[in-house]
Amino acid sequence: MNELPQQLANGLILGAMYGLIAVGYTMVYGIVQLINFAHGEIFMIGGFGALTIHLWFPDAPLLALIPLMIVFAVICSVAVGAAAERFAYRPLRGAPRLAPLITAIGLSLVLQQAIWKWYPDATKDQPFPQFEGDPLSFLGADIKVNSLFILIAAPICMIALGYFVNKTRAGRGMQATAQDPDTAKLMGVNTDRIIVMAFAIGAAFAAIAAVGYGLHQGQVGYLMGLIMGLKAFTAAVLGGIGNIYGAMLGGIVLGLAEALATGYMADVPGMDLFGGGAWKDVWAFVLLIVVLLVRPQGLLGERVADRA
Amino acid sequence: MRNRSLLILTSVLTTGALTLTACGSRDDGNGDKGGDKTTVVIGVDSPTSGDLSALGLGIKNSADLAAKTANKEEYVKGIEFKIEALDDQAQPNIGQQNAAKFIGNKDVVGVVGPLNSSVSQSMQKPFNDAGLTQVSPANTGTELTQGDGWKTGDSKRQFKTFFRTATTDEIQGAFAANYLYNTAKIKSVFLIDDQKTYGAGLAASFKDTFTKLGGKIVGSDHVNPEDRDFNAVVTQVKKTGADAVYYGGEYPAAGPLSQQLKDAGNKIPLMGGDGIYSGDFIKLNKKAEGDLATSVGKPVEQLDSAKKFIADYKAAGYKDAYEAYGGSTYDATWSIIEAVKIAVEGNDGKLPEDARAKVLEAMAKVKFTGVTGDVSFDEFGDTTNTMMTAYQVEKGAWAPKFSEAVKPQS
Repeated sequence: MNELPQQLANGLILGAMYGLIAVGYTMVYGIVQLINFAHGEIFMIGGFGALTIHLWFPDAPLLALIPLMIVFAVICSVAVGAAAERFAYRPLRGAPRLAPLITAIGLSLVLQQAIWKWYPDATKDQPFPQFEGDPLSFLGADIKVNSLFILIAAPICMIALGYFVNKTRAGRGMQATAQDPDTAKLMGVNTDRIIVMAFAIGAAFAAIAAVGYGLHQGQVGYLMGLIMGLKAFTAAVLGGIGNIYGAMLGGIVLGLAEALATGYMADVPGMDLFGGGAWKDVWAFVLLIVVLLVRPQGLLGERVADRA
Repeated sequence: MRNRSLLILTSVLTTGALTLTACGSRDDGNGDKGGDKTTVVIGVDSPTSGDLSALGLGIKNSADLAAKTANKEEYVKGIEFKIEALDDQAQPNIGQQNAAKFIGNKDVVGVVGPLNSSVSQSMQKPFNDAGLTQVSPANTGTELTQGDGWKTGDSKRQFKTFFRTATTDEIQGAFAANYLYNTAKIKSVFLIDDQKTYGAGLAASFKDTFTKLGGKIVGSDHVNPEDRDFNAVVTQVKKTGADAVYYGGEYPAAGPLSQQLKDAGNKIPLMGGDGIYSGDFIKLNKKAEGDLATSVGKPVEQLDSAKKFIADYKAAGYKDAYEAYGGSTYDATWSIIEAVKIAVEGNDGKLPEDARAKVLEAMAKVKFTGVTGDVSFDEFGDTTNTMMTAYQVEKGAWAPKFSEAVKPQS
């Protein structure tokens, strides 16, 4: 039996999730050069937002509930993301770069502990509703019904984002702000609004990823943003931080690398000790280092090299 | 250039931040009545927050119940027992800080806990140096009492202060392998562990016995205990066509692992040790039906000696279930109470000045019928009660299948 298609599917699902979260890192970085380390927690809050809807209507059919869960997850995440920008980052906008960075790390701990403390029973992982049904076979890979969500949502989100950034007035304002905030301001772009918008879009994408994560894994927990956030940040750097398509590409490359390392590294002669699930993160980061050595700006990054 | 160094700095900072989990401890003792009684504190260390809190809270409450029962019955005249419970979040470094706190509090004569073998490793030495008795209700890592030499038959007592009411992984792994091979008739197994002291040790002793019996380990892998996506590993399992998966680790990872295993179309059970024998395993795993676990002791529900414990636990109105280690925790706490009694009675009914040393001395003489059966400790500090039970998930709950007192093979 050939399990390559299955491993590719596993990697793609995981990668799409990383990619959607990575968009949030990359957009914020592209515009204000801030690495928003609380983004993983914004993702986590989206997951709890969606779970809340399920807890309110425990008997409603899941299919009917999904749109509501997405909407509420997005509302929660965007509210927290925008509030973080307004109250934690904006006052520090002129400050040395390390100040907002450390604020971000602090904020991430605060959000984690707040959920831990105040969300009912969140001190342990909470089960997330899932669809029943047999996996679908597709080109030799079995794809779970629950994983379809992320596979459908990710491309839709990326197309919508591409359209928004390139075709709409606000999107062009965003590009202008990213290129040169001062000049953009002089040209009449409301940069404050643009920056909040970047945070909000990133948060919304993270919330959608969180619903996908919940469906795929069947559980959410207050620590889920930690590892996913770190991986998504890695994906953003891998793809070229500042580039939205790079974020998605980086996510998918990272997801595939993890799945393939788990599946095949042990088969490489002499590597049998370094294969398997425990080493997948190591190989993912080896890949990151190699890519950064060859292309310091990341896979699709270009602007970053001449900024700073 | 500045950007890149910023990125590097950021990465370093995050890694640092990741290791700094918020340190919070929740002390809450039960009301101290004082009076003319001497107060003796029994420390309890378990993870009462985080992934493993279901088990940890069960430990805390059961220890509390033992102390309350002793106070109510005035089991030791003139002594009022008090529980000081600390949260170790299943982290060895926090466990070590807690150990220091217990040692610093002169009223603490013994400590019950922790849950995790890896946490215990960080606490054993400080307790040993301070001469403070530690009784773990849950640590099954064989080397904790017998040292790394146990595999080669060269067992040596590691710490004179460490005792446990849970049996060892050596016994548990062998029991699981026996059950799977002889009773469940499963001959080929895929082995997964989470690389922690407990998981890796359990998987190793399972593998030992299983291959000795003639079973085949068709593949093995390690995972990270924080991972929740195991689809890549599951694909590997499917490739080997194993008849079962044996997982050395705990339920937060085992739950999703088992579910993803079945989601991917593998109709095989997952088996684990006492680390997955928790109600939360079934809650976090929508396809747990048929999964197997072993746990120490007989199911408390089946033991006459446990009926009182269950009734008292219910009557005390704790919010959380007593879980897998309720009975063994009660016994662990009671063994310290018993040791205090011996020490007090040997000193004309008063708590001796060197209470810690006297309690430690008395531990070897402790012998009573507890919740899990007869409790006493052998020359390594291990329990002499090697009763094990295999459980299977049936209709959304763990159902006991088979109990046996295991003879250690050597």
